[in-house]
Amino acid sequence: MSAEIAARYTGFGASARRVRAVLRRHAYLILKSPTRIVSMMYYPTVTMIVWALLTLYLAPTNSFLKSAPGFFIGAVLLWDVLFRGQLGVSLTFIEEFYARNLGNLFVSPLTLPEYIVGQIAISVLRALVGVGGACLFAYLLFRFSIFSLGLPLIAFFVNLLVFGWGIGLAMSGVILRLGLSAEELAWAAIFIIAPVSGVYYPVSVLPWWLKPISLALPSSHTFEGMRALLLDGVFRWDHFWAAAALNVVYLALGAAAFAWSMRDARHRGTLLQMGE
Amino acid sequence: MLKSAESAIVVADLSKSYGRIVAVDRVSFAVRRGTTTALLGGNGAGKTTTISMLLGLLTPTAGRATVLGAEMPAERHRVLPRMNFTSPYVDLPKRLTVGENLAVFADLYGVRRPRERIDAVATDCDVASLLKRPYGSLSAGQRTRVSLAKAVLNEPDVLLLDEPTASLDPDIGDRMRTYLERYQHRTGCTMLLASHHMGEVERMCDDVIMLRAGVVVDQGSPRELIERYGRGTMEEVFLDVARGRADARIAGTAEESHA
Repeated sequence: MSAEIAARYTGFGASARRVRAVLRRHAYLILKSPTRIVSMMYYPTVTMIVWALLTLYLAPTNSFLKSAPGFFIGAVLLWDVLFRGQLGVSLTFIEEFYARNLGNLFVSPLTLPEYIVGQIAISVLRALVGVGGACLFAYLLFRFSIFSLGLPLIAFFVNLLVFGWGIGLAMSGVILRLGLSAEELAWAAIFIIAPVSGVYYPVSVLPWWLKPISLALPSSHTFEGMRALLLDGVFRWDHFWAAAALNVVYLALGAAAFAWSMRDARHRGTLLQMGE
Repeated sequence: MLKSAESAIVVADLSKSYGRIVAVDRVSFAVRRGTTTALLGGNGAGKTTTISMLLGLLTPTAGRATVLGAEMPAERHRVLPRMNFTSPYVDLPKRLTVGENLAVFADLYGVRRPRERIDAVATDCDVASLLKRPYGSLSAGQRTRVSLAKAVLNEPDVLLLDEPTASLDPDIGDRMRTYLERYQHRTGCTMLLASHHMGEVERMCDDVIMLRAGVVVDQGSPRELIERYGRGTMEEVFLDVARGRADARIAGTAEESHA
């Protein structure tokens, strides 16, 4: 390889270029397709509208909703941050399956950690487009601004997104192990934690045996924190730190599951054979 | 076997099994730097499995494979920037244009001045007029040329080509072979070629490794093999090996020469 043609391929700069390549490959796909952009905003917007109308119906007779009218809208928008975070990571990987591009990617100098960073970057882009659209409609239609949550919104957003990445990476590993027959898991996996995440109700209403499970999830702590802010006007640092610490564990477990599946795929020879 | 200093690729007792199925069985060979070696065999002979292990995509069950001195797959990240490949088993994203696909791979391989390089390989591989077209809208032959353009984008020192001209018409196929020969002459690249096109093998390859059921059954230059089997072309040699007539042919040729 002549020095004229190849730049340095080690070090931070080269690594950043490879992450940019992953981001670029999916950004081309997303940003030039109005259909994809609309479909990313469609589900969060429709769900937000349903909960906003329910709020309008119940608020006049409900003291709880009178004091916090943006409660359900905020909850549904933040839930979608988690969903988009997970989906962004899993779908980025599934796209490579459909394109039969895994072989090309993993015989290039791209490393697995670089690929994961690329997946995460796409997930942020997807979350911004999808939830951003819903937030815009929430303001235009119902005069609810998610930014009314103030700076804590960033803490909620980051904690939910990181938890989504952890699940998304684990799902990528499952799909690599089981093939595209497990694709539905990428869409449905997150919903198994919805009942115990306390999105629309506090963890205290759960049966006693579900509470420990709930408190082991960063999402529960984040939604408890959101409720404390909306209802009592306080930012609960205990919930923030609990969510952050749990996220470190879930992200490490997700990445480890994906890395294990990748090693297993190299043993089973599936990286070159998988596709639609 | 050649010393590894003279060889870009060294394979020693390489095996790959999937449960009880043995795909590659104690294969050994070396590919000299700057030469082209063909890996021949019928379907399921172990060519793609061997190439996958050389690329670090597949972990061997036993044995060793080194490329440019790096152990595969353990040290793959040291040499992958200096390698590339084409394979009918992979594709490029169909909704991206050819230019976008090449730009992504230019980034992945750290190609300097990517636009100039993409224009150059697109011209060389006869895909310059396709740069703005979605990859998914191309014919099989056009996709093969784009795949070849991707494979030389980083100007690799080692190129692994799995049926690189399979879907090309004779004219384009000939142009691609000429391009690969010139590319090798200019850069000193080492090529390992799996092909079912025996004319291509005779024309391009310095050495041939014949595989059957995951085992190396013979190796030598195309001329040596043709003489050894007493045949006129590599096509006939291939049929002898694939149909298990190799031993009889060699024995017969030996008897004739003794007589």
